[in-house]
Amino acid sequence: MQSTRQGTGRWTALTGIISVVMLLIATYMAFVYAPTDAAQGNAQRIFYVHVPMAWLAYLAYVVLFIGSVGYLWKRNQTFDRLARSAAELGFLFTTLVLITGAIWGRPIWGTWWQWEARLTTTLILWFIYLGYFMVRSYAGEPERAARFAAVLAIIGAIDIPIIHMSVRWWRTLHPEPIVINTGGPNLPDSMLLTLLVSFIGFTIFYAHLMLQKMQVEMARDRLAEREADFLMRPVGRSKNETTYPTTGREVTGASED
Amino acid sequence: MGRALAIAWKDILIEFRSRQFLGAMLAFTLVTVVTLNFAFDLDRGDRTSDAAGALWIAFFFAGMLGLGRAIALERDRGTLEGLLLTPVDGGTIFMGKFLATLLSLLFVEAVTLPVFAVLYGLPAWHPWVIALAIVGTVGFAGLGTLFSAIASSGRTREVLLPLLLFPLLVPVLLGAVQATAIVFQGERDGILAWFNLLVAFDVIFVTLAYLGFSFVIEE
Repeated sequence: MQSTRQGTGRWTALTGIISVVMLLIATYMAFVYAPTDAAQGNAQRIFYVHVPMAWLAYLAYVVLFIGSVGYLWKRNQTFDRLARSAAELGFLFTTLVLITGAIWGRPIWGTWWQWEARLTTTLILWFIYLGYFMVRSYAGEPERAARFAAVLAIIGAIDIPIIHMSVRWWRTLHPEPIVINTGGPNLPDSMLLTLLVSFIGFTIFYAHLMLQKMQVEMARDRLAEREADFLMRPVGRSKNETTYPTTGREVTGASED
Repeated sequence: MGRALAIAWKDILIEFRSRQFLGAMLAFTLVTVVTLNFAFDLDRGDRTSDAAGALWIAFFFAGMLGLGRAIALERDRGTLEGLLLTPVDGGTIFMGKFLATLLSLLFVEAVTLPVFAVLYGLPAWHPWVIALAIVGTVGFAGLGTLFSAIASSGRTREVLLPLLLFPLLVPVLLGAVQATAIVFQGERDGILAWFNLLVAFDVIFVTLAYLGFSFVIEE
């Protein structure tokens, strides 16, 4: 137990250091090394953040899916902690990808938002993450919350490609102003390299945050366990008379009811 | 299947005896359709796609009301434990609940469609619209039954249910509205494609909900 914790701690530190270094390099490359885009100007530079964010938003959902399937299958707390951690980070990155996308869209498209398939799907993804937290917080007991949330996450995982497909079909049936096609495979090497460094840097950063978050969630579970043990501990004066300690919270709870 | 029908029949019988909910759902759908007219001015000939959207929004909202009850009623009355104790698996309970919800929604739609046709002079009673209403509602009721079970345990179920369900049902809403709009415009091109797509969604969503339901109701 002790050795695994030390192992996790070492990985956490290692990923933390590597990601900080890589992201510093990526920042330098994005602003100094990479050339200014001929068509979009400096606005294009947000892509070095935006694209990795989009990747992490969906990567986190894959992890959430794995955690959810694993939990329903094995009923193992570790899988649930994995799902919980991935969901929180995924929600963060989905929010960031939507915001950075809008910031880029304003000067380039002339509008903050386009009802295009990728954007719409990401917005729906954001709502699915939101629903995931709502289920977790309103389902009551933790075991039930984990179960409900896992079912929602799995259905969402299967639904997201369907949503993407249906929105794309809907949009191709409606004529739309053609969005400027940027990037793609004909990106200059220097831009591609910057994107790559940023990509790897952010992915390691995600791994780092996951490790941190998993540890926090484990501590939280242990705390809840201890609290439950403490509350259930009999502290009666004699063998016949058994009373239970109170934390004081129940008293206020009772008066509110 | 017989057991699923028995559960569905039980729910429908409760509804028939109390006669509280179906009437309320129907009245709600009609008032939504009428209210949306003031919002979108649906009576004009060029508003056919808005009308299709209004129709489906009314169906979805009414469906929310109907779904909230499927499982919540059992939980409130404490009869869910009884249902779980009967020798049927979760999938069978799902099918029963799903069928009862589906039938009540289809009943509401069957009354709403002719009224809609009369009010807006649109072919809402067209065989294609009826077929679309059925396939659209199957997908809705399928995922809806599962999520009503998820939402029913919380205190905030009225808010939680649409929050969970609407994003996931985007494909169904899109397909149904697009195809209905095509019918309202008096055309035929593309309906079959959307219809087939909706059938595919139904198969996926009902299967998923069927499989997921057992995990949700186990206590």
